[in-house]
Amino acid sequence: MQSKRSIKQLELIANEIRQDIIEMLEHAGSGHSAGPLGLADIFTALYFDILNHNPKDPDWEDRDILILSNGHCVPVRYATMARAGYFDRKELLTLRKLGSRLQGHPERLRLPGLESTSGPLGSGLSQACGIALGHRMDNITHRWVYVVMGDGETDEGNVWEAAMFAGANHLSNLIAIVDRNNIQIDGTTEMVLSLEDYRAKWEAFGWHVLEIDGNNIEDVIDACAMGRAIVEKPVMIIAHTVPGKGVDFMEYDFHWHGAPPNYEQAVKALKELRTLRGKIRSEHE
Amino acid sequence: MSNHLDISNKDLPSEPIRKGFGRGLEKAGHVYPNVVAACADLTESTQMHLFKAAFPERFVEIGVAEQNLVTVASGLAAAGKIPFVSSYAAFSPGRNWEQIRTTICLNDRPVKIIGSHAGVSVGPDGATHQMLEDITLMRVLPNMVVIAPCDSVEAEKATIAMASDPRPNYMRLAREATPVITNQDTPFEIGKALVMEQGSDVTIIATGTMTYHALVAAEKLYKDGIEAEVIHLATIKPMDYETVLKSVHKTRAVVTAEEAQINGGLGGAIAELISENCPSPLIRIGMRDRFGESGDPNELLIHFGLDAEHIRMAAHTVVKKED
Repeated sequence: MQSKRSIKQLELIANEIRQDIIEMLEHAGSGHSAGPLGLADIFTALYFDILNHNPKDPDWEDRDILILSNGHCVPVRYATMARAGYFDRKELLTLRKLGSRLQGHPERLRLPGLESTSGPLGSGLSQACGIALGHRMDNITHRWVYVVMGDGETDEGNVWEAAMFAGANHLSNLIAIVDRNNIQIDGTTEMVLSLEDYRAKWEAFGWHVLEIDGNNIEDVIDACAMGRAIVEKPVMIIAHTVPGKGVDFMEYDFHWHGAPPNYEQAVKALKELRTLRGKIRSEHE
Repeated sequence: MSNHLDISNKDLPSEPIRKGFGRGLEKAGHVYPNVVAACADLTESTQMHLFKAAFPERFVEIGVAEQNLVTVASGLAAAGKIPFVSSYAAFSPGRNWEQIRTTICLNDRPVKIIGSHAGVSVGPDGATHQMLEDITLMRVLPNMVVIAPCDSVEAEKATIAMASDPRPNYMRLAREATPVITNQDTPFEIGKALVMEQGSDVTIIATGTMTYHALVAAEKLYKDGIEAEVIHLATIKPMDYETVLKSVHKTRAVVTAEEAQINGGLGGAIAELISENCPSPLIRIGMRDRFGESGDPNELLIHFGLDAEHIRMAAHTVVKKED
């Protein structure tokens, strides 16, 4: 629905979304930092290039569907939706506050455009399967179903029930993106419950697997285009991302999985993001 | 309501309640093109095979994966379908409660969850398969409707009604043949209680398979000189408070009967209602905080006190307490 932007423009949008995430989390005083920051490029690519959607008509009947399975990463979705024009950016600072449409974990009934309610892990892929199957029953071929999941989330048995189901039913109108950032609450994914050989696992369940740099917007756009061209199998995009991406002291540190920045940390993070890591010098410095 | 006082002498036909669901689903499939069905490897047992044969393209085999069963259904509902999903109640909603809570109730999707083979009357399969906590589990969920029909005829009507109900629904079915005590003319509406026998001495509130036993108990009580009002509560939630309270205000003595845990089940629900609104002597017939075991279905019902005689004795006790 929107005019296509250059990769450079999309990168700047992703940077702004990261700043919004920091401000939202600092203001909320709770929430998850690492995942949303790491996913900013993927969400920018989705909302500003990949998805067929209409921010002014969130229930538009021809829209593509985006399910966010790891609901704790919803700040990136809120920030991206606001930038895309779903609602005013001022509302972002209501995150996690009483009466807000921006619940700590996404609630479909509160905010148009969310598509599903999630938080408890492991059930987004199944819901995406159900929607993809429903579209196929109705011979709808122009709508794609995307689902974003966390890698730690795939410890859940429900994920593998869905993985087997999607493979067995050749749900080729389904494209899953797993945020392979290698961290979860208790530590690294390989330390908590080893996921590797991750690619082989998905392939064994009947998926076409693509592996990309999930912080490279062009890679994300290309992989989704390739995914839509695969007609026999569901597509899993293993998107390798840097948790906490864009903020030096958060990157790769699993302690930032479930924590928000305090005021001082937020100031530091915003400075880093606004100067593109010191590449732009402020006139006030 | 027609007089059922002669119920134990009538040669009533008997049929598993789940059979009515199977017929109802097929009918609903003809009426509503967006009705679809999904099953977790128990298609014939849960009677979905009729729908599958009539609408193969609208039937989904999920495999033995109950978490996926209800979450795929949530997705199908998001795509505009009215999904009916079936398994044994011990597995669904036994295993997938959180998925039902988040992706169906909080997400408000009109998924129709069918839990078959509920209660101790499953018999020889034993405690693992005798689901007794499903009413409790489903009743506490906001947005969820909980239905336990008393026979196959009512189950058929309930299924058709569920297909056009916009809310998430849970319906509990039993395995064994149950006497058919309603007919095509008996009214059924989700959320409406049915006064099957009128009386002024004691209110017997029953659901599911136990409604038949409640009617038999009422007949015995009549011979004992006690006039029992029998309320069949097919919809446990949302409950028809008006009908229940009207009766309890009249009788001031209550017995509940269900083939489930009384804690949090129908008995729990009635205890909550009348203790707040019309405190009265109450005895709850049902499973008392224990599991079942293997055995012949009828033998088990008597063993666990889930029969007309226990309801009758309970009625005598509450009537005495009231005096």
